[in-house]
Amino acid sequence: MSLRVLVGVKRVIDYAVKIRVRPDKLGVVTDGVKHSMNPFDEIAIEEAVRLKEKKIAKEVVAVSCGPTQAQETIRTALAMGADRGIHVEIPAEEVEKLEPLHVAKIMAKLVEQEKADLVVLGKQAIDDDSNATAQMTASILDWPQATFASKIEKTDGELQVTREVDGGLETIKVKLPAVVSADLRLNEPRYATLPNIMKAKKKKIAKMKAADLGVDTTSHFEVLEVADPPVREAGIKVEDVDTLITKLKETGRI
Amino acid sequence: MLGGKELRHAISMASRWTWASCNLSSNLYRWNKTFIHTSSCHRKCELTSKRYQVKRGKYNEINEENIKFFTELLGPHRIIEGESELEGHNTDWLDTVRGASSVLLKPKTTEEVSAILSYCNQHRLAVCPQGGNTGLVGGSVPVFDEIIISTNLMNKVENVDTWSGVVTCQSGCVLEALDQHVADFGLMVPLDLGAKGSCHIGGNVSTNAGGLRLLRYGSLHGSVLGVEAVLASGEVIDCMTAMKKDNTGYDLKHLFIGSEGTLGLVTKIAIHCPPRPQAVNLALLGLSTYENVLKTYVAAKSKLGEILSSCEFIDRSSLECVEENLKLKPPISSHEYYMLIETSGSNGTHDEEKLNIFLEDVLGSGIVDDGTVASEPSRMLHIWGLRERIAEALHHEGYTYKYDISTPLSHFYKMVEDMRKHLGSKIIRCCGYGHIGDGNLHLNITTDEFDKEVLNRIEPAVYEWTSKVNGSISAEHGLGFKKRNYIHYSKSSGAVTLMKQMKKLLDPNGILNPYKVLPDE
Repeated sequence: MSLRVLVGVKRVIDYAVKIRVRPDKLGVVTDGVKHSMNPFDEIAIEEAVRLKEKKIAKEVVAVSCGPTQAQETIRTALAMGADRGIHVEIPAEEVEKLEPLHVAKIMAKLVEQEKADLVVLGKQAIDDDSNATAQMTASILDWPQATFASKIEKTDGELQVTREVDGGLETIKVKLPAVVSADLRLNEPRYATLPNIMKAKKKKIAKMKAADLGVDTTSHFEVLEVADPPVREAGIKVEDVDTLITKLKETGRI
Repeated sequence: MLGGKELRHAISMASRWTWASCNLSSNLYRWNKTFIHTSSCHRKCELTSKRYQVKRGKYNEINEENIKFFTELLGPHRIIEGESELEGHNTDWLDTVRGASSVLLKPKTTEEVSAILSYCNQHRLAVCPQGGNTGLVGGSVPVFDEIIISTNLMNKVENVDTWSGVVTCQSGCVLEALDQHVADFGLMVPLDLGAKGSCHIGGNVSTNAGGLRLLRYGSLHGSVLGVEAVLASGEVIDCMTAMKKDNTGYDLKHLFIGSEGTLGLVTKIAIHCPPRPQAVNLALLGLSTYENVLKTYVAAKSKLGEILSSCEFIDRSSLECVEENLKLKPPISSHEYYMLIETSGSNGTHDEEKLNIFLEDVLGSGIVDDGTVASEPSRMLHIWGLRERIAEALHHEGYTYKYDISTPLSHFYKMVEDMRKHLGSKIIRCCGYGHIGDGNLHLNITTDEFDKEVLNRIEPAVYEWTSKVNGSISAEHGLGFKKRNYIHYSKSSGAVTLMKQMKKLLDPNGILNPYKVLPDE
């Protein structure tokens, strides 16, 4: 049983970049800021490509919902080994307001269209930390879900997935078709090598709009405020242990 | 127990932080300001004076009266006493030289430095100026009981002129902090090196540090416009100017740039900072022959032209060391030689086009076997980590014999091969990496512990070979303590004599950083 795998990749601000809150306090500065593929999505693509190398998957399709530059993110996925891409174009002004529910509906529609057998997503995006898209996609499709995957093995018609949960590791079996979300320790993504980067330029990226898939991207949320975390206050030096104890008692720490 | 709100905040912070801190140890390295002594194999090194049989100069020993003076001048919190307190300041980060100083002073202003030096000169007390203590030739630590004058508290940025790009600051500014400060103005410090999280700009200037981008931004002799330094007598020499052009008399600042604290203690500098590039790309290439490395370098110069900002070289052994000892995974498969080629420019599209043409050319013609290219800051940091942390990785193996030579490019790698054959099995590793764009090779040999026999096999052979090809025995690290007696391999005796005369003129009692730079009598 050779699977067609759909992988979601999101264009986010590069994690090494210093984040600045916009003057209007309703978001962060994205203009002229370096973006890259969400790290958990890199892991998702890597896992899908490894499945293809193991001949468990026959095709890997990279999907991104985002502005025009999302195509660069898809190209990176293609350079890592994905076969083709789908870019669901979201106008630049609306990108911020796109919600996991919208993306989940889009993914579900694409699964239908492409006749995918497996959806692999990053567990969460490092900009909104929602950790919801995989779960919602599974729910809409009424497919089993295996989230926070740190190991995936294929058995007959099923996937055995080890999940990272608060108490430790949990191993479950899910029937295919299924939705999986990738966690940090699932694998170490490869860097695209130059020959592959060159090859990726020739791979196809299909373009469409959310409306083409019948998905309404009206926002359900309103952002009230975005603020910096509080600045760390300076500590104080005390002369001796007795003063230390007094100060700790004063501030209610002991 | 964390409440719901704090927990959610912690988890959302954790997402970015988990990613940043777990997966990329090179980021941790960057943020770790005290990387100097985090080596897991910190063995107490032998006293320099013993190991190298150095004779103590005719200086007075510190007494209670001296301590009283310094305490009155600086206050009790800015004088640190006791050898055990000063262990980190008495030893270099390579653990190869150790002094026995028991007094460290932390002035905040030029006036305080002047008062200290004036007093030390009167009382014939030797001093050792110290910045970030990241020097690689034993020049930043005492040999005997020299008073350490630390620039740690002299870290004010005085002015950033956004029109001209000239930045004026005190000499104790940490390089990385200074760079981040000027980044807010769209500028960058024209100097970058692996020790950036700890080194002070004053130390950089005093050693005329080269670094990763000399190829593009030139040497500090060009980018430093003004210097304020204090002479041994305590006299403040003000050569500060923020003007790019100033041909009025003898250009004294050049005396202090590169004299490693032996002619004056640098207290302020004015440096010209170029605009921060808007588009940076980094390529890591794998090659199979050294000839191909040279061909790639030539192709990079011609096809990338003005956007080329760094051209570094790493041999297989160096990268293996980083992999084994720091567990950093290289993004491409194993090759005999690697090159890091960086481009910096003002237009991303223009630069990418040029870079793609260059890469297609070198890949197509077969001189490059494999490679990867990145423009995302996180990926570039990881790739740079493979080059910048080689010294750290080597340190894990025990003792490093470190050489920094300038040679004609044709002889560049032959040095490594010849030395490897010459040393045979007595060593752990002999490897080479460096600024191939500047013809500067970092030749490194490691053994488990310091071995005098191995040292004698390496020196003076390595210097003789360098001299034969008319190279420099110290391209950018300086002479410090370790190379002072080999100066004749790269400088004529007439030149050395004149240097000694100048030292005598500016520091008649020889109190500034003795036992360094100039050869023993």
